[in-house]
Amino acid sequence: MRYIDEYRDPKIAQALVDKISATVSRPWVLMEICGGQTHTLMRYGIDELIPQQVELVHGPGCPVCVTPIEIVDKAVEIASRPDVTFVSYGDMLRVPGTKSDLLHVKAQGGDVRIAYSPMEAVKIARNNPSRKVVFFAIGFETTAPANAMAVWKAREERLTNFSELVSHVLVPPAIRLLLNSPDNRVQGFIAPGHVCTVMGYWEYKLLADEFHVPIVAGGFEPVDLLEAIWMLVAQLEEGRAEVENQYVRSVTYLGNQPAQRIVEQVFEVTDRKWRGIGKIPASGLRLRPAFAAYDAEKIFGLDTVETAEPPECISAQVLKGLKKPVDCPAFGLSCTPEHPLGAPMVSAEGACAAYHQYRRHASSLVCTL
Amino acid sequence: MSVLTLNCPVPVTALDQVMLGHGSGGKLSAELMREIFLPAFSNETLARLDDQAVVNIGGSRIAFTTDSFVVKPLFFPGGDIGSLAVHGTVNDLAMGGAKPLFLSVAFIIEEGLSMEILRRVVASLGRAAEACGVQVVTGDTKVVDKGSGDGVFINTTGIGVVPDGLFLSASQARAGDAIILSGSIGDHGIAILAEREGIEFDSPVVSDSAPLHELVADMLRSSNAIRCLRDPTRGGVSSALNEIAAQAHVGMLLDEETIPVRDEVRGACEMLGLDPLYVANEGKLLAIVDPSDTDRLVAVMRANPLGRDARRIGTVTKSDPGWVTMRTVFGTTRIVDMLAGDQLPRIC
Repeated sequence: MRYIDEYRDPKIAQALVDKISATVSRPWVLMEICGGQTHTLMRYGIDELIPQQVELVHGPGCPVCVTPIEIVDKAVEIASRPDVTFVSYGDMLRVPGTKSDLLHVKAQGGDVRIAYSPMEAVKIARNNPSRKVVFFAIGFETTAPANAMAVWKAREERLTNFSELVSHVLVPPAIRLLLNSPDNRVQGFIAPGHVCTVMGYWEYKLLADEFHVPIVAGGFEPVDLLEAIWMLVAQLEEGRAEVENQYVRSVTYLGNQPAQRIVEQVFEVTDRKWRGIGKIPASGLRLRPAFAAYDAEKIFGLDTVETAEPPECISAQVLKGLKKPVDCPAFGLSCTPEHPLGAPMVSAEGACAAYHQYRRHASSLVCTL
Repeated sequence: MSVLTLNCPVPVTALDQVMLGHGSGGKLSAELMREIFLPAFSNETLARLDDQAVVNIGGSRIAFTTDSFVVKPLFFPGGDIGSLAVHGTVNDLAMGGAKPLFLSVAFIIEEGLSMEILRRVVASLGRAAEACGVQVVTGDTKVVDKGSGDGVFINTTGIGVVPDGLFLSASQARAGDAIILSGSIGDHGIAILAEREGIEFDSPVVSDSAPLHELVADMLRSSNAIRCLRDPTRGGVSSALNEIAAQAHVGMLLDEETIPVRDEVRGACEMLGLDPLYVANEGKLLAIVDPSDTDRLVAVMRANPLGRDARRIGTVTKSDPGWVTMRTVFGTTRIVDMLAGDQLPRIC
């Protein structure tokens, strides 16, 4: 299949592994930001292929994992109302809130539906004027344009029964937080290709310059990731700290400007709490006041309840790249995808879930522990 | 700038109600089986957890199985709920090596269903039964209030006769055995999903729904080295192999390169964030066989149109008992886990 097979070609991959081996001379710690990239690394066992000097740690780029528990609780509360049709991306449904999750709400008779695009929610609202249709607008910069467009479209159509529960997060402030952290180990970043497709990679140049850290915008296939790793290792070995673009078939320096414009028009930057991490300044998006009529939090008048989460797992160290999922005593025992203790076990994109799904069998665990 | 703080979500509440995932064929289904059904019905035949029970009645070995069909939409490319209700039960009998003979059919119909739709479903069911050489000899009809059903649900129960001396069961799998797959995977699940989601392909994905009893008969005629047969329906190839690995206390090592997936199915899976190993099939089988007979059996299967893409996809191992693992195209190894519930599409 074109655009897939060539990026999963074992010969091309091996050539890149050889290039990495020929380039690396000492240990380096690299982080892939996006959970989709972590998923690929685990699925194909790329960490087993590359030289041991290159350590891969896994970033916080799993939008489902980092959506704060308060927002999940609000989603559960809104979705439980008999007059509401609650529409969400699929993997948000089993994310645990304080007491319940959206799958349970559905089981109890709530009208909870899965959509691939927020425009499907707009269509449901258009076709069902008596239902209050709420879309769960979460994600990084990747999903922001479509979520913004849905609100824009609803206003254009004068729909009064459509709203969004918004909890968007932004990647660059999270990288900044990691780099400012006194125990940071990460020496080079693979920036998330889908986010960069929308936003471009100019934002990452500011970070690379300020912190003298190389950043490569990378794709999601095994060959993409191996090439991005090689580009980072080459920079580190040569003492460079630049922003480079590996994912050239999708990412440009300035990104998708019409997409950025619609995001800018509908959303504004706000502080945001990240599940498992805490509040990060200016790290999220919320609806602008002009779109308050489409803000589910305002429409349903929900109070913000701060929910304390007991420190039972090591998810913050995992999201920070300080520990691997298998370093956690609860991993695979009291913490599983069916009964997650921590954010990274929640979604398939979370680092703990990726390890659990692909790599937890005895031999892997013995090697890693 | 704040420093990262340590805080974690609380555990999810215990499962106190039935979720859709309990019907997915994954870990939640197994949990339901283990904790609710098996303790209530404990007996040796059930404990084998094969797709069919084989019981002795008056000196004959009778295979006995039942299955309910709740597919939506009722009509899909490659079949409909009527033909599927025949193929599903015939295949469960065939996986025990039985010759399917008789079916019962029970309809649960939602008030308001158009008579025309019912006629089409019933006609299709009748044609499928005739084509399989099975007779529908008894049945039942119930009508439920509008809103209490989804058009029509069908249950079929089948019986067949198992030849003397034949004993196929998951528990028979042993280290060194070959794992054979009869053809490309994921066609049924993707055909249904595409129809439901309005996804269009250049060449449409058609369900593989088909009766496998003749393919099985061909296989059994030519080989007495078959240990176990499974049709990887809901939960896909992954669930079927995980079940066998658990029941036989063996490991399984698959070779990623050998597993056939049609381009359209791969494309749809890529787009929807799904893994074909977990997508349902309705006309494929997995065979665990003595390695010495692999090549001959694959050749026999390929001579039947329903097995023309048959191939060996892996080996039963002594190591990693209870685990299914896969050698990736890169030569690394990963787990092929059983999912908890349904596959949920990922956000990005």
